[in-house]
Parts: sequence; structure tokens; C-alpha cells
Amino acid sequence: MLVQILFYLFGAFLVASALGVIVARNPVHSALALVLCFVTSAAIWLLLEAEFLAVVLVLVYVGAVMVLFLFVVMMLDIDLAELRSGFTRYAWLGWITAGVVIVEIVGVVTARNLGVDVTRGTVPLPEDYSNTAELGNVLYTRFAYPFELAAMLLLVAIIAAIALTMRRRPGLKVQDVAKQVAVRREERVRIVKMDPEKRP
Amino acid sequence: MASETTLTWATVAPAIAEIYLAIAVCVLLLVDVFYGEKRRGLTPTLTLAALALGALLTAQFGAVTERVTLFNGMFVADELGHFLKLAGFVFVGFALLYSRTYLEQREILKGEYYVLALTALLGIFVMVSAASLLTMYIGVELLALSVYAMVAFDRDSGIAAESAMKYFVLGSIASGALLYGMSIVYGVTGTLSLDELAGQLRGELSAGVILGLVFIVVAVAFKLGAVPFHMWLPDVYHGAPTSVTLFIGTAPKIAYFALALRLLAEGLQGAVAEWSQMLAALAVLTLVVGNVVAIVQSNLKRMLAYSTISNVGFIVLGFVAGTPEGYSAALYYTLVYVLMSLGTFGVILLASRKGFEADELDHYKGLHARDPMLAFVMMVLMFSTAGIPPFVGFWAKLRIIQELWATSHPWLILIAIVMSVVGAFYYLRVVKLMYFDPPGELPATERNTGARVALGLNAAAVVLLGLLPGPLLDLCARLLH
Repeated sequence: MLVQILFYLFGAFLVASALGVIVARNPVHSALALVLCFVTSAAIWLLLEAEFLAVVLVLVYVGAVMVLFLFVVMMLDIDLAELRSGFTRYAWLGWITAGVVIVEIVGVVTARNLGVDVTRGTVPLPEDYSNTAELGNVLYTRFAYPFELAAMLLLVAIIAAIALTMRRRPGLKVQDVAKQVAVRREERVRIVKMDPEKRP
Repeated sequence: MASETTLTWATVAPAIAEIYLAIAVCVLLLVDVFYGEKRRGLTPTLTLAALALGALLTAQFGAVTERVTLFNGMFVADELGHFLKLAGFVFVGFALLYSRTYLEQREILKGEYYVLALTALLGIFVMVSAASLLTMYIGVELLALSVYAMVAFDRDSGIAAESAMKYFVLGSIASGALLYGMSIVYGVTGTLSLDELAGQLRGELSAGVILGLVFIVVAVAFKLGAVPFHMWLPDVYHGAPTSVTLFIGTAPKIAYFALALRLLAEGLQGAVAEWSQMLAALAVLTLVVGNVVAIVQSNLKRMLAYSTISNVGFIVLGFVAGTPEGYSAALYYTLVYVLMSLGTFGVILLASRKGFEADELDHYKGLHARDPMLAFVMMVLMFSTAGIPPFVGFWAKLRIIQELWATSHPWLILIAIVMSVVGAFYYLRVVKLMYFDPPGELPATERNTGARVALGLNAAAVVLLGLLPGPLLDLCARLLH
């Protein structure tokens, strides 16, 4: 009973914040609403006993991705009026897409012949069950091959990002730390000997 | 859990190509960091050596006599995979050999280019040997990400950046469709393994499987470049640096053949009636649009992009047949096509000079007078791609038509033949420009001996395989018995 109350509570917050993402006029408000969206869905995952995913969602999306997102939104000077001009021209496309999605969702919810039992409830897991440990177990045994390949994928992303953005421009003022450390007194200080002058 | 299998030499040897390549990528990356700046030509030379060594190791230790699965059913090793990996090493080696001078002259001869080419090859191998939806998807992404970066590699070129952006956005949509289809199929059947999937899908198919299948077919068609999912192909071929166009147009086609074979023909073989209908419609559109639109192109790279589309139509026709013989005809066509486009883009690379891209059709006027060897090679390749005997392209088209006849698809045969005749026009126009038009004021062609020898070998292979088509045909038939 408590679980159900919590589910509906978080569900209501989730729907409300998701609406907030798309109706907010200020992009910063949209991004903040998205953060709330992620936090409430993490709570729903906790109710489903997927605590690892819930924690990762908060850490990765709320902690890293959304902060980056906010940075970008705040740094870019987005002209909202210009962005909105001509937006209604594509409204018909949006309505069609929304219509298709609604039909699909109704189809999935009402369908009983997709060949899969989607309404089966979850069996409660024993108290000492840790899905972090389970995930670690299968990730490094059964899924070791795709796991290693995913690591290669990240390596490719790093190489590509560096190759496409790093550029040595001529005349760029950069520090050479080794040179700074190796500097000697003679290169910096010049002692000038001069005769003392008499006060007139 | 399935961790009973201990790691021994026997359980990893069939994956030697992948393991070796991953290590080679890391080593090359480190060598390039420390010595790449001082010695410009080091990484390119080492990459070619690494490819040669990889081919030798794979040939020596990677061979299998029967189909085995490794890594808990994530990886399949069979004779087909072994052969395709060897072919991948060779094709990528040739592509990099042709590109070197071109890259040097445009000041994009950097270590990262070669590393990305190797990671793309790794992606190709992963796709060739994928036995699960998960590994197939990771292979697709590994190849795609490497290639997107290669297209954008020339950062001073606006058109390259534009085409990279288009490729990236459209490619992401295709990846999304693939993942969506796979997750639906997984949700309905509860298995990621392609073997188990093939075992489960028998008799009446549920609506969920067909829904997932539609998305998978869309993604496969996009990756191959079949109409109406071909929009990215001309822009990318045209906008990318020619060396990258050469790369995209060759080795990855093997991977996309494997994608279609492993997913549709093996994993979803229970749905063959459904997907072969979808592919038949795609093939007809692809043949018509590809050949007709190619006629009006004035840019050679764009024309070859549409020619690629029309050739993809033939490869798709091989799958429409839906029999192992049909797949072997598609395999033969893919290999032959890759061999021919390797040479064609190689000619474009050699005809270009510093600050001059020989990518307009007009740039080939009177090529015979300026460079007889290049013109002759191009003529052989154009005749072969048009499907004129005795060159190898003829046998490839003939095999596809034979298999369509055997599975009684008369209308498809008619369209394929009519469209081949239409296609012959724009291939022969190139020959006419080279031999019968007066040469204009154009820069001299490139005299790189290594690339010229490779190009000569490439053209010789097209002629020899055309005169003696037996061995390769038998091989393809045996690999897909």
C-alpha cells in the first residue's frame, strides 16, 4: 500500500516535471525541471528494487550531464524570439508525430497479443540480494567481450574528439612549465653596477 | 552463471584478429604520441606493417574448420568470418596505400587518421563475427563513430564538415532504429543470441517480432544505402576527402553485408517471407533511383555515389532470393564491387594534385593523352562496373540474376537488366571522355610508384577474376553452403 502511494506520488511529480521541461519559457528552468524528472524516475527505479540504476542515474545524469547542459545553456547566447519565429510552421508535423505516438502507446497498453506478457508483476528479491554485485558478476564474465568492446568505443570517442578539436595555432601564448622551472637567476635578474651619485 | 569456460589458447584463437587489432590500435596510438611529430611517415608505414602482420596471424591461427561460438555465445567463428576478416585486412591495406600522398598534400597525414581506420576495421570484424544482438550493435557503432570522425578529418574544409554533420545525424537515427528494433525483438523473445532467436522464431510470428523486424530492415537499408534511406550517401561521398570516400566505399560494405546476413538471414530466418518482401520493394526503388539519378551528375564522386546505390540494389536482390545460394551471390557481388570501387577511387586519388581535386567529370577529358596507364585502369574498372564481359562485374551481375531465376522472380530480373543497361550509359561516358575528348589545361597526375603498382594489381585482379571466375565463385558458394 505504501509502495503504491509512493509510486503515484513520484509518478505525479515525474509527469508534472516532464511537462515543465517542454512548457517552460526559460531554457534554464527547462533544464532544472529535467533534473527533477531524473530524480523522480530514480526514485521509481528504487521502488522497482533497481537501486544500482537509480544511483547511477542520479550520479551520471543529474550530477554530470545536466550540469554540463546548464553550463552550455547559460554560456550560449540564445535568442529566444528568433528561435521561436516560424516554430508554428512545423506544428502540423508535431501534431502528426504526437498522434502516432499516442496510437502506439494505446496499442501497447491494450495489446495482449504482442507475444509477451508485459503485465507480469515482479517477485520480491531476498533481503541480502545486491544487484550491484550481480551486475558486476555478469559484466566481467558473461558480457566480458561486449564490455571490452564498449571500452574500445569510448577510446574511439576520445581519439575522434581530440583529433577534431585540438589545433596548434601559431602565435598562441602558452606556458612551458619545464622551461619555467628550469629558469636560472642569471636569465631573470640583471645586477647593474653604477657609481653612487652625489646629492646635488 | 556461464563462467565455466576457462580461457585457453583454443578458446581465444578464433578471435585473434580482433584481439590483435585492439592491441595494435593501442600500440600505434602510443608510438604516434611519442614519435609521430618528429617522423611524419612513421605511423602510416607502421599501420601497413600492422595490417600485413594481422593478416598473417589471422591466416595462421584464426582458421576454424567448423562453426564455433566463443565468449558465452557472443562471438561466432566460422569459415565465412575468417575469409571476410582476411579480405578486410587486404582492402583496408590497399585503401591506406592509395591515400597516403593525397593526405600528405592536404596536410591531414596524421596518426589519428590511421588509428581511426584501424578502429573502423575492428568494428567491421566485430560485425562479421557477431553472434548476439548486443555485439552486433556495438560493432555497428564502433565502425560508424570511426567513420564519422574520418569524414570530418579535414577541418579546414566546410563541405567536409557539412557532410560529416549530415552523416552523423542521419547515422544516429539509423542506429536508433536498429537499437529500437533489437530491443523490441529482445523484449518479445527474451534472448539476445542470434542462434537462440533463429530457434525460437518458427511458424506464426507475433506482431511484436514483425514490428521489431521493420525497424531492423530500415536500419540495414540505411547502412547499405538502399532507397529511400540513401539520402546521406551522395552528400557524404561528395563532401568527404576522397581518401575517406574510398575508405567508406570499400571495406565497410563487407560489414554491412555481414550485418544483413547475420541479422536477417541467420537470426531472423524464421521471418524470411516478411523481410524478403520488404527488401524486394527496396531493391526495385534502389535500382531505379540509383541508375537514373546517376545519369545527370556532373561530379564524378557524386556519380559514383549513385552508382554505389544501384550496386547495393543488386546486393539486396541477392538477399531477396532468400536461399543460401542467393546469399552467396550477394557475397560474391559485394566482394567484386568492393574490389572495383577500390580501384575507381584510387584513380581519382592519383589524378588529384595538391590544391586540385579531380572530382568533376570534365577533369577526365583526354586523360588517355595525359596519363595512359590511369586511363586504361579506369576504363577496365568502368567496363567491369557496367557489367560488360569478360570483366568480373559481369559474373557478379549474372550470378544474382541466376539466383533470381532459380527462385522465380521474373519481374525483378527484368528491372535489374533494364537498369543495368541504363547504368552502362554513365559508365561508358567516362570512357568516352577519357579517350575521345581533347585534353584540357589540367595539372599532371600523381606519380607515386607504390600506389601505381597497387592500382595495377587491383586492375589485374578485376581482369583475372573475370577471365577465371571459377575459384572465387566456388569459394563463395562453399562459405555459405
